[in-house]
Amino acid sequence: MAFYVVQFLTGLASAASLFLVASGLSIIFGVTRIVNFAHGAFYMIGAYIAFTLTERFSGAFGFWGGVVLAALAVALIGVLVEMVLLRRIYHAPELFQLLGTFGLTLMVEDLVVLIWGPDDLVGRRAPGFKGAVDFFGQNIPSYDLFLIVLGPVVLGILWLLFQRTRWGVLVRAATQDRDMVAALGVNQKWLFTSVFAVGVFLAALGGALQIPRDAVHHAMDLRIIVEVFVVVVIGGLGSIVGAFVAAVLVSELNAFGILIFPKISIILVFLVMAVVLIVRPWGLFGKPEAAARKTPGLSVNPWRPLTSNERLAALAALVVAAMLPLVAGNYALTVGSEIAIFVIFAVSLHFLMSVGGLASFGHAAYFGLGAYGVAFLAKMAGLPMIVCLLLGPLLGCMGAAVFGFFAVQLSGVYFAMLTLAFAQIVWSIAFQWVSVTGGDNGILGVWPEKWAASPSHFYWLALGVAALVTIALRVMVFSPFGYALRATRDSVLRSEAVGIDAKRIQWTAFVIAGTTAGIGGALFAYLKGSVFPDNLGISLSVDALVMVLLGGVETVSGGVIGAIVYKALNIWLVSQTDLSKLVLGGFIVLIVVVFPKGIVGMLEILAQRRRKSSPPGSSLLAKPIESAE
Amino acid sequence: MRARNYVVGAAFALLAAGMGHSALAEDIKIGEINSYSLLPSFTEPYRKGWQLAVEEINAAGGINGKKLVVISKDDGGKPADAQTAANELVSSEGVAMLTGTFLSNIGLAVSDFANQKKVFFLAAEPLTDAVTWAKGNKYTFRLRPSNYMQAAMLVEAASKLPAKRWATIAPNYEYGQSAVAVFKKLMSEKRPDIQWVDEQWPPQGKIDAGPVVQAVAQANPEAILNVTFGPDLVKLVREGNTRGLFKGREVVSFLTGEPEYLDPLKDETPEGWIVTGYPWYSIKTPEHEAFLKAYQAKYNDYPRLGSIVGYQTIKAAAAIIAKAGSTDTDKMIAAAEGISMPSPFGEITFRKIDHQSTLGAFVGKTAQKDGKGVMVDATYKKGSDYLPSDAEVAKLRPKD
Amino acid sequence: MSVASPLLEVEGLTKSYGGIHAVRGVSFSLRSGEILALIGPNGAGKSTCFDMLNGQNRPDAGHVRLLGEETTGKKPREIWRLGVGRTFQITATFATMTVRENVQVALISHGKQLFNLWGSAPRFDRGEAVRLLELVGMAGYADRPCGELAYGDLKRLELAVALANEPKLLLMDEPTAGMAPRERVELMRLTAQIAKEKSIGVLFTEHDMDVVFEHADRIIVLNRGTLIAEGSPAEVRGNPQVQAIYLGEGLLYEGGHREGASA
Repeated sequence: MAFYVVQFLTGLASAASLFLVASGLSIIFGVTRIVNFAHGAFYMIGAYIAFTLTERFSGAFGFWGGVVLAALAVALIGVLVEMVLLRRIYHAPELFQLLGTFGLTLMVEDLVVLIWGPDDLVGRRAPGFKGAVDFFGQNIPSYDLFLIVLGPVVLGILWLLFQRTRWGVLVRAATQDRDMVAALGVNQKWLFTSVFAVGVFLAALGGALQIPRDAVHHAMDLRIIVEVFVVVVIGGLGSIVGAFVAAVLVSELNAFGILIFPKISIILVFLVMAVVLIVRPWGLFGKPEAAARKTPGLSVNPWRPLTSNERLAALAALVVAAMLPLVAGNYALTVGSEIAIFVIFAVSLHFLMSVGGLASFGHAAYFGLGAYGVAFLAKMAGLPMIVCLLLGPLLGCMGAAVFGFFAVQLSGVYFAMLTLAFAQIVWSIAFQWVSVTGGDNGILGVWPEKWAASPSHFYWLALGVAALVTIALRVMVFSPFGYALRATRDSVLRSEAVGIDAKRIQWTAFVIAGTTAGIGGALFAYLKGSVFPDNLGISLSVDALVMVLLGGVETVSGGVIGAIVYKALNIWLVSQTDLSKLVLGGFIVLIVVVFPKGIVGMLEILAQRRRKSSPPGSSLLAKPIESAE
Repeated sequence: MRARNYVVGAAFALLAAGMGHSALAEDIKIGEINSYSLLPSFTEPYRKGWQLAVEEINAAGGINGKKLVVISKDDGGKPADAQTAANELVSSEGVAMLTGTFLSNIGLAVSDFANQKKVFFLAAEPLTDAVTWAKGNKYTFRLRPSNYMQAAMLVEAASKLPAKRWATIAPNYEYGQSAVAVFKKLMSEKRPDIQWVDEQWPPQGKIDAGPVVQAVAQANPEAILNVTFGPDLVKLVREGNTRGLFKGREVVSFLTGEPEYLDPLKDETPEGWIVTGYPWYSIKTPEHEAFLKAYQAKYNDYPRLGSIVGYQTIKAAAAIIAKAGSTDTDKMIAAAEGISMPSPFGEITFRKIDHQSTLGAFVGKTAQKDGKGVMVDATYKKGSDYLPSDAEVAKLRPKD
Repeated sequence: MSVASPLLEVEGLTKSYGGIHAVRGVSFSLRSGEILALIGPNGAGKSTCFDMLNGQNRPDAGHVRLLGEETTGKKPREIWRLGVGRTFQITATFATMTVRENVQVALISHGKQLFNLWGSAPRFDRGEAVRLLELVGMAGYADRPCGELAYGDLKRLELAVALANEPKLLLMDEPTAGMAPRERVELMRLTAQIAKEKSIGVLFTEHDMDVVFEHADRIIVLNRGTLIAEGSPAEVRGNPQVQAIYLGEGLLYEGGHREGASA
């Protein structure tokens, strides 16, 4: 019995640190709608700075002072980030902030190594909380008890802050309806800045308080960020109590789950999230989102098919690309193939995101399933390459059909997180089912047959498929189906009122996007000659998102350009420098600030300006009164 | 400023990628890949190690009179990126051979690439047995003692312990799984009387140490096998110390004696764990003293195990090329099979039968000295003594 | 106009939220070509009633029959397929499409081409789309991005979209809300004209009594969820109960359009 009590308390202690970070993320999202990918980075900086301070100043005052000071210092950094970076992009398409904060995260991961060195740092134990308390023969670390108390205390303070102060009232109001607060004449700028500062403070405090338990190192951020997102979503976005309950739920399920299934930790949070979202689409304590807000920003410029001149230009670009083998060596051709494959991957997600307004955070699942499909067919069934290429993507198709069915029942960030959960579940199956998938050692020896083996042949194959896929998806964008999909994105109400079954349309789009990603994955398996679980992993999903956002989510061809720029830059930087993350992150942040509509979005605006400068302004029409009653 | 350069650079990425570095044609180029950005704590000393080796080789007149150049690439911890790098090194840089890699899956990916492209690959650090056995190939050699060898070294000591009830804690991925599997198998052969009472599989890098320690303690084992390392190990040790998990229990632990993992523990280093590792401070052989002196002179820092591995990888590569008298792949393979050479740990041989080197490891016990973790009673275990018989190896390895 | 099968038949419609009756036993019917106004003060249950007719809300009790077919509890898109067009109190259009494309989407849906992956939507039944836009006087705006239309134009666009499936019944929730007074009259005149020509039944809710009395053939009045009066504009205007409800609001006076009135 004592054991179960202690195990429960241990779970609570884990929950407390999770909650601190999660509550910050939840507040930030609730008010600013920013999917703050950098939250983990702030957590990590908090730990690093606290390490330095607590090493420098001794004694109880030094330790606790150092922890608080570190959190404050990071909050200050947060303010700076908010004012310099985020303020410029609040009006960019939703999720664009994700791109900016992702860039920051990349930079921070390299920066902490530059500043604090590569070694894992182990900090002091908390003065006064070094030992353990005996509980019927079981030991509970006293620091755990401290954390167990701290969690509810922070919850209480936040509750008081939100219920009893004017600031809190504003925050709550903004969480429910951002536009309304703006209408009330509240200085939104400072409200957002202060909220961001508080959120970052909590993250950094969470990081700083890990010092007596953990090692401080440069991958701490990734370790926590996904888990924290999951906790926030399980609890319900914007709900602090929800975050607390979810943190406790997840931690306790883990603490007791490992007693029965010792391998459960790797997937537990995602299983819980998938179940919760299917049963309660807005998390445990969340409320349905106000429907009015559009997922991508409303571009006033309707899309149009390419003019014949533009088609010629695209064709010319393709011909030039096809001539690469005449001038380039094997390496450049292989890189070219990889870029072509990522174009396929990016346009598939782009179709889902820009036309359907459905931002998948787990798109790599279908890419990876396509790759595994090929590997199974080639290695186990021994089928010829062409058959594998045709049938392999079907695994992606099936995965998308099953997971898409559940995912499209949700919308917005909840949709995104459910796709992430599914992707992680697929990933963990690939990772765990060693006898079939080879686990993390993957499946090797999936090399192309002779006809496609030479780099130039494979390049032409990849380029050809990429061109076909891009054209096919573009045709779909302007097809009746594409319009129906866009209709569900623009207005659920109106599309339902003209007889469109939004869920079926979105599901179909999901399957199309998943199958297309699977095609990319199938080629990727042959390009690399092997398949690994990280072909389905989070970082690949994030790569896809970044490519789409970089290109411009409001455009038709953003995915293509985004993929080419991001992938080429990435490969080049990784080859040139060990600090590729720092430079790439800096580049992304720069793009976010300079081109808030993405690269292609920016080009379109430029082209439009040029067009507009000739005939005098036709935009003098009255503004729509959307909020008329 | 810098960012703008990179924007421009991006446009020329393809072109730039096609062009080589400015090494002279008559230089001997070796391509090196490792997870520098993902695992700097291990790969930074590793890099220092091979840089020292390059310096020494060139100072001594190069390889057969030619200057040695090592072109190093980061793989970011991703197998796919490692292959891109391998491709660049082979296709654009025209390197004579590939070396490096840390993670097992990356080692395997590059090994498979080498097999496909018929390129010589000297795997430096990946531990998985598959590199030389189940997925071994003609083109791939490995320096570091494999999972099996380290397990066998630990079992030798562990089997002498009186403990009968054993629990295991290992990261939930191939390395952890196969380390536990081999250890269990070899242990059970020597000690049929032991029982395995609990196993914990925290996700790599994400251990929730409190519940794990608690769960192991509940099973009340007499001894514990640990395979976690890095930040996970730190958390495990801290929770285990506070909760008294290690009190009165024997602990056998993979890699914990390596300075990379032992040093961060400082005054929390648990005492008396049986570990594999690298006690650089107590190795008094002339080979090692020479290495230590050179390393400390160049870097004003002490070496980690990664330094040894990096150093010896390039030394081995140079020895192989020198013996082959050519950078022709088949000649290098022929030269490498059975080659013997000196190393800071004494003479080592790359076996013909499975391309595994006989580089060994130190087994000893952890202790604290002046608030720092050290290995005491360490003895060097020759790799050759801990490999299965040739007949068994032949069964494990696919025919070339 | 046959009395045998009314276009829309509502019988004992009831809905309550947490014990409060929003709509109680409302029954009425609507014939082809007839324009029926549903009026009542704020909170009378007009919107709830409306949402139950078009399927957005499920009644607790009662029946809705369209052309003799039971539609109670059916989804809006199923009801649309039966030939019901609708406009919203706050316009709902596809903001990233052009005006014509908005109509085309409805035409695509009407033509059951929603899963056509190959054709060209911008070229889909262009003629019909333009004809519908002409009908509401929006043909000149066909290629305009919908997102930059003035509000009155959006309302007219919605009407064109609502007409795309050759509806037999139009449900218009406050069709003139948010419009300038002159535009209101124009829009309702247009609607009435189209309804008469095509013999479409129209049910609309409205705050502006001028619009109601000028265009409705018949009026039903809701108050606190119950139907309290029904009849021709003259009859309703004379109804003392109705007068009592609207007393002091000055909404029942006959006369021209009051400039500057707001909804």
